[in-house]
Formats: sequence, C-alpha cells, structure tokens
Amino acid sequence: MGKRDYSLFGADAKRAVESGLTAAEWYHSDLPRKAMKDLMARSDGPAIRDTVLLYGLMIVFAAVGIALWPTWWSVPFWLAYGVLYGSASDSRWHECSHGTAFRTPWMNNMVYEVASFMIMRNSATWRWSHARHHSETYFVGRDPEIAVMRPPEMLKLVLNFFGILDVLKFFPNLIRNALAGPTASEKTYVPQSEWGKVRRVAQIHLALYAASVVLALALGSILPLMVIGLPRLYGAWHHVMTGLLQHGGLADNVIDHRLNSRTVYMNPVSRFIYWNMNYHVEHHMFPMVPYHALPRLHEAIKADLPAPNRSIADAFREMWQALKRQLANEDYFLKRELPASAKPYREDFHQYVPGIMAPNAAE
Amino acid sequence: MPWIDACAIDDIDEEDLIRFDHGGATYAIYHGVDGRFYATAGLCTHENVHLCDGLVMDFTIECPKHNGQFDYRTGEAKRAPVCVSLRTFPVKVEGDRILIDVQ
Repeated sequence: MGKRDYSLFGADAKRAVESGLTAAEWYHSDLPRKAMKDLMARSDGPAIRDTVLLYGLMIVFAAVGIALWPTWWSVPFWLAYGVLYGSASDSRWHECSHGTAFRTPWMNNMVYEVASFMIMRNSATWRWSHARHHSETYFVGRDPEIAVMRPPEMLKLVLNFFGILDVLKFFPNLIRNALAGPTASEKTYVPQSEWGKVRRVAQIHLALYAASVVLALALGSILPLMVIGLPRLYGAWHHVMTGLLQHGGLADNVIDHRLNSRTVYMNPVSRFIYWNMNYHVEHHMFPMVPYHALPRLHEAIKADLPAPNRSIADAFREMWQALKRQLANEDYFLKRELPASAKPYREDFHQYVPGIMAPNAAE
Repeated sequence: MPWIDACAIDDIDEEDLIRFDHGGATYAIYHGVDGRFYATAGLCTHENVHLCDGLVMDFTIECPKHNGQFDYRTGEAKRAPVCVSLRTFPVKVEGDRILIDVQ
C-alpha cells in the first residue's frame, strides 16, 4: 500500500469505499445468544457508584489544591485532579457515547455532555466520529479517530501526552463550529439534521471557557483555569498512554478486530480511570457490552483472541518496536499469534482487494 | 402477498428477538414484554447491521453496533445515530405459529 492518505477526502478514502472494504462484515467470536444477552444487560448501579466516586474525588482534590494554592504542596492534588479531569473524562465520554454506562438514558446523556466539555470535544460531532470509528476501525481515510498514523510522528505523540496538539486544534475548531457549524470534513460523518446542534454545543463550550478566562483575569490568577481548561493539558497523559495502546502498531484496513486492536491487563487504578477499555478487542468486537461486563466478556472469548499484554509497560515495549519499524516501512504491522483454540484471522477480504495491502507486509 | 409462516412462538424468548430471512429480505421478529409479537425490517437504518444481535429492553431494540434505538412496535427511531425509522410488518399468531405479512 505504501504512502497512506489519511484525508477523509483522499485517494485511500475513495478506494476503501470502491473496493467494498467499508461494506465488509467484521469477524466476531462465537458466543451463545443467552450469554451475549447477559453480558449486554444494562444497569445503573456500577456507573452511579463510579461517577459519584469520580466527581467526589475531583471535588476533594480541587478543594485541597485551591486551599494550598499557590504553594508547592498543592501540586500532588492538582496532578490527581488533572488525571481525573483530563483522562477519566475521556473514558466517560467514550462509554456514555455508546449509551452503555447507565441503563437510564438521561444519566448517560448528562455524563456524556459533562465529559465532552472536559475532554474538549464537541458532543454533537464526536458522537458521529466515534460511530465511524467503530464501523470502519483503522480504515485509512475513513476512520477519523486514528491516533497513530503511518509513518508515526513521534514528536506529535510526545506532545499529545500533554494534550498540546489536541488543544491547539480544539479552540480554532470550536470557534469555527460556534460561528458556522461543522467543518467540511465533519460534514462527511455528521448528518445534516445535527449540524445546528454542533453549533449550539460549540457556543455553550465557548461561553464557558470565555467565562473562565474572564474570571481568571478579574482575579489576576490562573487558579480558575487550573480547575477548568488547563487540566486537559496537565492531566491528559493517562488517556493518551492508554489510548495509544488501543491500536498502535497493529494492522489497518482489516475486518478482524483481533488484528487491529489490543487488550492489555492493567492495574485497578488505571482500569478505573480508563473504565475497563483495556479490554479493547472485546469492546470493538461487541461494543454494546457495558464497561463493567468487559472482564466477563474477556473470560468468555479469550480462547479466540491473541494473548493480552501483561501490563502497560509490556504493551508499550511491544508497540514501540512496531512503531520504530513503521518509520522505515509503513506497511509493517504487528501480527500477534492466536492460540490453537482460536479461529484463524479473517484475512480473506484484503487478500483479493488490489491496492489495499502489500503482500507479506506482516511478519 | 399471503401471510408468511415465520417461526414458532416458543422460538423467541420474552423480551428478545430472532432473525427471519425470506424472499431475499431479512426481518426481525420480537416477543414483547407485553406478551405480543412484532416484526420489523431486520437491518438497522443507519448501517447494514443485523438487529437480531442487539438487545431488547422493554419496547426498544438497540443496534448491536452503534446503539441506535428503535421502538419495535412502531419502528420509530429513538436514539442517534439512527435518524430513519424502521419499517414494521403486521404479525398474527395462529396456534403456536407466528405469521408476518411482508407486503
């Protein structure tokens, strides 16, 4: 395939549609209907517990941080607050966009809107971009949420651990959305009926940020921005760290999530922040299974999946090697071994589609 | 078009659905929480995903891919990303068989 064109209007986007890739059916592990229904069952309890804990901790950490401001003693509390604001909001945004966190719709919607504001995403736009990410995961030119493009741009990856590029991109886009609705690129995946909502959400977010800046200027202190806005920078590292592992170094333009997604065993604190998205193959294969049921889903289908990485460090080691090889060869991807109990990778589609993937690119 | 024999009433658990293919088309047949049976088109109107793998909650079917939701009694689209309602079909029960009018 060689040089990739990630533009949503580019040659690879066109080819993905014309070749039939975007219409192909994804592989799923077999699971009896009754087991699947049990796993998909919704409840409010786990997410209410986690949400009360999350917002409760944020209030405590921010209150102590403000009380100790501006001494250095406040730093640990800001760091803790920042991770909850700038990283846990990513997983809350994500799960609630699927509508699976709570059984009760208004609870999903409320947490979704709050989390979207904190993670600096337009709630009306990103719902649709994420739908595309699930339909066409890592299809070059089609998936608007590809975190690691090829060849990997290492400096950009490092800068985003502090949210810098995301935030620099967010504010001009926010102003554009507030003034004129979705951009041309966003219009490729947001239906016209939602364009007005994109604009209204952007106007609300813009007003809240403007109010925070005005308050900071009035007080002559950045303290208001330590609470609203800046944690998206100083607390982003955890969601970037876990987010890169989701698909980094793995295949693109395939229709088997075992080839393009990664499951990683993680510590309980990271799993709370990340809301169990470390079970990422399972999540992509069955996106309607709530976060709290993903460990059970993992147990049910792990015989059909490649072995999970044993830790965040183990996964980074694996991904880093693959990214380095992609610097020299864009077609390289890491293809992990399946256990003997698994069905073979579904590779039939891209084998007969000219131009989608170079033969023998994987090792 | 005559009524089509689709399945037995015992084939569908209450608050669940099954897929039924006929004449090159695919349908979803539901056993509602009210004990009645319903039928809709079998594919989500957002993308071509079979609804039979989705979850029935009360009178709602949610698409297994993106959680687009429909009221399966009326076909009404209830939650993004679905914007277009689902086609519904008349259903009747004769003995222990479920028949749908696919016209």
